[in-house]
Amino acid sequence: MSKKFVTDFTVVENKKLNSTNFLIKIKSDLILPEIKPGQFVNVEIKDASEIFLRRPFSIFEVDYKANTLSMIIKILGRGSKKLTQIEAGDSISLVYPLGKSFTYPKKNDRILLIGGGSGVAPMLFLAKESGLPIENVDILLGARTSEDHVDVHEYSNYANLHYASEDGSIGEKGFVTQHSVFTTNLKAYNKIYACGPDGMMRAIAKEAKTAEVFCEVSLENLMACGFGVCLCCIEPTNQGNQCVCTDGPVFNINELKW
Amino acid sequence: MVNLKVKLHNLEFKNPVTLASGTCGFAREIAEFYDPGLLGGHFLKGTTLKNRDGNAYPRMAETPSGMLNAVGLQNKGIDYFIDNIYPEIKDYDTQLIINVNGSTVEDYIALTEKVNELDNIQAIELNISCPNVKEGGMAFGVTCPGAEMVTREVRKVYNKTMIVKLSPNVTDITEIAKAVEGQGADSVSLVNTFLAMAIDAESRTPKLSTITGGLSGPAIKPIALRMVWQVANAVKIPVVGIGGIMNAADAIEFMLAGASVIQVGTAIFTDPMIPLKIVEGIEDYMKRHNMQSVNEIIGGLQL
Ligand SMILES: Cc1cc2nc3c(=O)[nH]c(=O)nc-3n(C[C@H](O)[C@H](O)[C@H](O)COP(=O)(O)OP(=O)(O)OC[C@H]3O[C@@H](n4cnc5c(N)ncnc54)[C@H](O)[C@@H]3O)c2cc1C
Ligand SMILES: Cc1cc2nc3c(=O)[nH]c(=O)nc-3n(C[C@H](O)[C@H](O)[C@H](O)COP(=O)(O)O)c2cc1C
Ligand code: FES
Repeated sequence: MSKKFVTDFTVVENKKLNSTNFLIKIKSDLILPEIKPGQFVNVEIKDASEIFLRRPFSIFEVDYKANTLSMIIKILGRGSKKLTQIEAGDSISLVYPLGKSFTYPKKNDRILLIGGGSGVAPMLFLAKESGLPIENVDILLGARTSEDHVDVHEYSNYANLHYASEDGSIGEKGFVTQHSVFTTNLKAYNKIYACGPDGMMRAIAKEAKTAEVFCEVSLENLMACGFGVCLCCIEPTNQGNQCVCTDGPVFNINELKW
Repeated sequence: MVNLKVKLHNLEFKNPVTLASGTCGFAREIAEFYDPGLLGGHFLKGTTLKNRDGNAYPRMAETPSGMLNAVGLQNKGIDYFIDNIYPEIKDYDTQLIINVNGSTVEDYIALTEKVNELDNIQAIELNISCPNVKEGGMAFGVTCPGAEMVTREVRKVYNKTMIVKLSPNVTDITEIAKAVEGQGADSVSLVNTFLAMAIDAESRTPKLSTITGGLSGPAIKPIALRMVWQVANAVKIPVVGIGGIMNAADAIEFMLAGASVIQVGTAIFTDPMIPLKIVEGIEDYMKRHNMQSVNEIIGGLQL
């Protein structure tokens, strides 16, 4: 049994990262429970007449000393748009920590972390937590244009950063699966982790399967409860339909029916 | 101290706040937030005789003040429950009630006979109202003869408290309520979800894999409240009120309309702490109105 909480946080900052993404940092008066990369929170959207349910977001950073955590949010629909308006000092309710984390790499593993869009959040969190030396960690970030890329240069302290953009405005031109880091020698990695659009993760999974490299992906199925009671978020797996919110969101690709 | 205890037939609840089937898992998911023993009872996830995978994804769609679901009774079957879940939850200090589902009368009977053997489960909720399963469930619940037949046959094999869960997708819900009362139901619970639909205009496709699904949440509350009031006035057996209850005021309204016990469903998705706030709110209300027993609220609507 993993303890879960419903907690009111206070917004510390709400920062625009680029045209499509923003970062919300929030602080709790209570001591934070242990939170691992891949886990997520379910956020209440206040004062929005058409919104009834919470919205799930991956945890990007945790600072146990300052009691803060942050999320990178992509502007998609009504809920995410509403969240762009919250300001420092506002209160925000979270149900957390939810879901299971990525399998941590072993000492000496070489790992490749691939993030698309706001999928960068759990990848950067994992890079930081992996405990591996920089030379063992490659992060490959994909987006449409340089405008859509989240600036994460401080992560060069934890990993080698590589970029792909569809228009070639930053890094190599094309999808992440066309990037030289991905196409050169996938077998050189002990583990591949991915989070991003469904199509991207499926393409990565296909290549990882062929190369027979361990690969975990983080799914973003539609959710109602986020804690395993509604059975709405299911994904077909070798064990039958599993809940993305409690059995996932992280799945080994060999478990999925992809 | 106010007295929150209520009785439903032989079944005693420490307070009238319970959780609805399909929205509280098997109570152990609630235990990750707080002690399930703080609530009167838990109506466990709909269980069938055999394993069911349920319907395809997507199974939910958010709608104004509510949501649609088309889960389709995904569960691992009663034997799995007995072997793997029951031992873990049986000592929770709360009423655990199994929500029993079948596509044939034989299924309902076989399932109920197994449930009858479980010492720490003193009641069943006979679900004849699931709108998301083709083979049955609701097929029984929408006609008087169908509802009567299942109730009668299950009654023969089950001697603890039998609550029959009614569908709102009928012309006159009081007729069904009276029909199951006539066949020995100890209580009726209402309502299950309303058959409904959502469309994505941009893609011109239905939002659910099953095209239609069940509507729940505050959107259905006024209709559910009306039905509870009508049924409470039509039958002598106690009524369990369900439908869009989000706070203590909603719960009290259902009790004033005649519900002895209420179920909180979809609300818990928006905030798992709501049921505890409702218990507190009912206590508050009783103090403000100088009531000693929660029974003073039940059916207390002034006309
Ligand atoms: C475990 C998990 C982790 C997530 N982490 C992040 C994160 O770190 N950052 C981030 O920006 N987003 C993340 N998401 C996705 C995020 O939850 C959705 O983008 C958000 O709920 C959209 O809400 P909205 O109100 O803005 O859009 P809505 O108005 O609800 O929807 C707009 C449109 O997008 C579609 N849509 C909404 N959510 C999804 C979805 N999950 N899958 C497919 N289609 C969808 C809707 O059907 C609709 O057509 C995560 C999702 C999950 C399940
Ligand atoms: C996701 C979901 C799953 C449900 N599963 C069941 C079920 O297995 N058996 C059942 O009798 N009712 C089921 N219901 C119906 C609820 O128990 C309840 O009757 C209904 O949702 C109305 O109450 P509410 O508006 O408070 O949610 C389900 C409802 C939802 C939203
Ligand atoms: S979102 Fe409810 S079970 Fe996963």
